[in-house]
Amino acid sequence: MTDQAVEHEIGRSRLRKEDARLVTGQTNWTDNIQVAGLLHLAILRSPMAHARIARIDVSPALERPGVVAAFSGADLAEGLGSLPCAWPVTEDIVLPDHPPIAVDEVRYAGDPVAVVVARDRYTAADALEAVEVDYDPLPPVLDLEAALAEGAPLVHAGKGTNRCYTWPLTTGEDFAAVRERAEVTLRRRYHQQRLIPNAMEPRAVVVTPLAAAGEYTVHSATQIPHILRIMLAVVTGIPEHKLRVIAPDVGGGFGSKLQVYGEEALALTVARRLGRPVKWTESRSEGYLATHHGRGMIQDVEIAATREGRLLGLKVDLIADMGAYLMLVTPGIPLLGAFMYPAIYKMDAYEFTCTGVFTTRTPTDAYRGAGRPEATFAIERTMDELAAELGLDPVEVRRRNWIRHEEFPYTSIAGLTYDSGHYEAATEKALALFGYDDLRAEQHVRNQRNDTVRLGIGVSTFTEMCGLAPSRVLGDLRYAAGGWEAASIRMLPTGKVEVVTGTSPHGQGHETCWSQIAADVLGVPFEDVEVVHGDTKAAPQGMDTYGSRSLVVGGEAVHRAAVKVVEKARKVAAHLLEASERDLEFSEGAFCVKGSPEARRTIQEIAFETFTSHGLPEGIEPSINAETLVDPENFSYPHGTHLCAVEVDTETGKVRIRSYVCVDDVGRVVNPMIVEGQVHGGVAQGIAQALYEEAVYDDQGNLVSGTMADYLVPSAADLPDFVTDRTETPADTNSMGVKGVGEAGTIASTPAVVNAVVDALRPLGVRDVRMPCSPHRIWQALHSARSGGAAGAGAGQSGEPGKETAA
Amino acid sequence: MTHITVRVDGTTYEDEVEPRLLLVHYLRDRLGLTGTPIGCDTSNCGTCTVDLDGATVKSCSVLAVQADGGEVTTVQGLAKDGEWTALQRAFHEQHGLQCGYCTPGMLMAARDLLRENPHPGSDEVRQALEGNLCRCTGYQNIVRAVLAASGPQASEEATA
Repeated sequence: MTDQAVEHEIGRSRLRKEDARLVTGQTNWTDNIQVAGLLHLAILRSPMAHARIARIDVSPALERPGVVAAFSGADLAEGLGSLPCAWPVTEDIVLPDHPPIAVDEVRYAGDPVAVVVARDRYTAADALEAVEVDYDPLPPVLDLEAALAEGAPLVHAGKGTNRCYTWPLTTGEDFAAVRERAEVTLRRRYHQQRLIPNAMEPRAVVVTPLAAAGEYTVHSATQIPHILRIMLAVVTGIPEHKLRVIAPDVGGGFGSKLQVYGEEALALTVARRLGRPVKWTESRSEGYLATHHGRGMIQDVEIAATREGRLLGLKVDLIADMGAYLMLVTPGIPLLGAFMYPAIYKMDAYEFTCTGVFTTRTPTDAYRGAGRPEATFAIERTMDELAAELGLDPVEVRRRNWIRHEEFPYTSIAGLTYDSGHYEAATEKALALFGYDDLRAEQHVRNQRNDTVRLGIGVSTFTEMCGLAPSRVLGDLRYAAGGWEAASIRMLPTGKVEVVTGTSPHGQGHETCWSQIAADVLGVPFEDVEVVHGDTKAAPQGMDTYGSRSLVVGGEAVHRAAVKVVEKARKVAAHLLEASERDLEFSEGAFCVKGSPEARRTIQEIAFETFTSHGLPEGIEPSINAETLVDPENFSYPHGTHLCAVEVDTETGKVRIRSYVCVDDVGRVVNPMIVEGQVHGGVAQGIAQALYEEAVYDDQGNLVSGTMADYLVPSAADLPDFVTDRTETPADTNSMGVKGVGEAGTIASTPAVVNAVVDALRPLGVRDVRMPCSPHRIWQALHSARSGGAAGAGAGQSGEPGKETAA
Repeated sequence: MTHITVRVDGTTYEDEVEPRLLLVHYLRDRLGLTGTPIGCDTSNCGTCTVDLDGATVKSCSVLAVQADGGEVTTVQGLAKDGEWTALQRAFHEQHGLQCGYCTPGMLMAARDLLRENPHPGSDEVRQALEGNLCRCTGYQNIVRAVLAASGPQASEEATA
């Protein structure tokens, strides 16, 4: 398949097909759905982090006019199973029951305790107030390290421990031996604060029963309609083939909709009990309590190096906050990071241990990047610390350690084989765009002048693992599903094309990109392609959208299905043109006989010929439709260099991003406009972690940052313009050479920004600032440094010891 | 229940509503005008922004009864005879949306800005959109879209 049309569509900034309905308000969000007899479901949630339910009485709610039903957890328990955790990462992992609604004990503020169903949403919300609940408080479990201590209060008393699992990975030489021979060792502690994903569309679910057939249609604002269908069948006992899950237009996810939520199971159960359609839509504040959070880790990092700045070894001890329950992939998130701490660097020893801990907080799970941003942050912060320790430029330290272009494919110490990359090229391009040397010169001048507003420069050179994932690898990691993706192509009689994909987009532009891929291979007009997705009836097979897998696995499947269509069409064309298949050329959507261009049939004509089947010989099936399932042979490894310049006002603590430059290498690009948009959004989310966002709990386990008024999602006024560019090193492990882009910006930007902030303040004795680097935290770090506290390691706000030894 | 008369996107509606009913729920649940979505409950996100009698309001912060006798324009009333406004075209052409959930509010807030200030600078655009949150785009292409749509034509459409 090397026809000219390939050059026409792939690589072209096609304007999005999705936009027409979105800019005119003709969307199909789940909460828009109105069906006859629809009831509204509201959920009463625990106001306490940890308590026994002493008494619960829903009957007063039933007396309210307009209320149709009300249920406690006990009322719904029969036939409602535990919510699934599909990633039991070790054999001895502690897997507590996770009832969709609490029956006798609540384990986080927001845990559901009762549901009310009413004729409209106002009545349902009002009636919650009438439900009577008495709680016997239990001690909250909030501190990750104290939770592991002997005699600590337990989140799940029956399990006898708050330790969920310990997962080790040790490769290369013995780290302790490497440390012995090292000239320099550094130890650092980093905190990955909890984040709230904040997809703009709140979660919603509508369940419509078709009572006579025992069937249910579930509309959900989900990233994973296919996985949701399987899991709802498991949780409710309704047979899978009686469930149809539809993800209509979905307003963002960022991992928070990569989930099987209790509310989905509750709406289905209640609709089944009542035989009526039921809708639940979360409010934002409710979502802050009940939609899973991201990050939430303490990282202890130790590196051993030579005086020349060559890394010898890396040791990571990670404590990860699971929250109160294990959601779909909660335990596996830190493991995705486990393989990424060594990043793009060569070293002799790597030792990693993760301990998962239960706390009485909202469960954690995937959030944009899922494990990889945390890992990249830790190693990139530490590389800067090494540079500072040795008096080297941070970029130079990276150069001395990274895998060189000619060394690919390269198997990292964590065991991943990076197929392709060119860190030198991306970095050189980024440095030039950024004006690195000029900024360093200006920084020097400002430091000499002792300016109150300091300039800081942060660098982050990163790679990530995308394209989740080869099924055999997932099996090795004890993940309970495959990593393949499905696509089929239906050639319609009129020549139009339907591409059916198992991916389930929520803003990524699959309809546009998959159309480009299909149009490219088939040589048909872009406008003639329609993409069908997000409905388990229309697109029955799929593993959905997360982990930057859609293009690398799903787009690849579309590509291969289209190639199959061409090959099937070739047989028909050969017959119609009375030529041998060998003598046919396929170009610009048409087969012609070599040397006789007038003997020609377009693939769209062939679709019609196969529909009529009037002239097909025996043995040729009357269809050129094709389907395929692709299991990737490896992950893909996008990489890049991000550079950030900040101005930090040492009097107010305010950080202003002065410039942000990134050069990403995501392999071959299908739609440059969409790639740029994904990078912008990702960088914005990473900056948000660095500077603004944090889920804050008080000492009783109440979520203090419980609304958008308290949790600082950055606005247009808070962010700068970003300068984005690309290098292009095609992936070797898929036919298009693509690598994925959804998470790159988020992974790379957080360390770039924090490195810049610390770089600005380092001359003043500051060696770390805990995220988010708010004015308050910066002021504290400066104050602590001035008073000589903990070597100015920002200890004031985090309590970290700022340990360091230099041999 | 209170009787209200409201003109929305060119159509007049008469209804009996509870005094506490929010305008956004009136639009969505009673009139079926679901082009205006809801993103939060604290008036921070701006997705539900509409035009009420020439002023942009967050329709989650206005009661339906307050719109009595008024004229509301939502995103669904922007295009005329299927012809998109310059702003709608610019959001499309500049890739100023991804999931699109914030887009109706962004369009309404940007329209208001251009009505007041047909030639804003990018900082003015960023300030004007401060009350509208987007999680997908990082705002850069939204700002680009508003700048692309600025000028006399946009101003004319916005005030039409």
